[in-house]
Amino acid sequence: MRYKLILDVKRGDFDAAGEASRKIKDILQQLGVSSKVIRKVSIAGYEGEMNLAIHSLGGKIILEVGEEELSLTIKDIGPGIDNLDLAMTAGWSTADDKVRQMGFGAGMGLFNMNKHADNFLITSKIGAGTKIVMKFSLE
Amino acid sequence: MKLSLVRDLLDAVVLSGENHLEEEIYFAFGCDLMSDVLCFAREDAILLTGLVNKQVLNTVDMANMNSIIFVRNKMPSQEMIEMAKERNLLIMATRHILFESCGILYQHGMKGASQI
Repeated sequence: MRYKLILDVKRGDFDAAGEASRKIKDILQQLGVSSKVIRKVSIAGYEGEMNLAIHSLGGKIILEVGEEELSLTIKDIGPGIDNLDLAMTAGWSTADDKVRQMGFGAGMGLFNMNKHADNFLITSKIGAGTKIVMKFSLE
Repeated sequence: MKLSLVRDLLDAVVLSGENHLEEEIYFAFGCDLMSDVLCFAREDAILLTGLVNKQVLNTVDMANMNSIIFVRNKMPSQEMIEMAKERNLLIMATRHILFESCGILYQHGMKGASQI
């Protein structure tokens, strides 16, 4: 393991949302990760961070950088997703008008994370929370 | 086309990132949905949007883009301008609506930035 970082994301804090992703981008640039990989990680991480702020009761983003791959884990303390197949469908969302006014809540978050990660795994349980593990090859 | 020509064609005011004005740009994406920008836009494109908040700057930054045109006379806050300067992002504001802004640029050779 070359590097590990754990960042907290608070529920509903839309003023701070984006700061964790910015920090991750800064660190990956300092570690000399390629621009192509940084873009994929940044987009997937930022969507995950916005999802934590919008939908969760609060959570964490965990960045782990190895020699050949990098993983980004997004996990929250609830409320959990009832129907994962539906949640993964592009265009499906439970976000409210406030979130939509910020340009999010269009139902593209999980779809976008899956699109940009080389490997994407999501597990969720109502009452327990949601965990997403995304892996990216360092090429 | 140079970003300085984009500014002139749209009669836009530059609010940060003047150092990018001599850079060439060939693609543009017009959208108020930031997730769609993250999903579909090329990184070597300029974003035209009527949405004005910090998440627009975060979106462009995370997508490795570096230029934003706010349309419909929407003006970013001083806090947003400072944030754009810190991240070395070019932001401009124009009185034209999104449709007209895109049309003017398209007429002068700018291409759509879709990766669909």
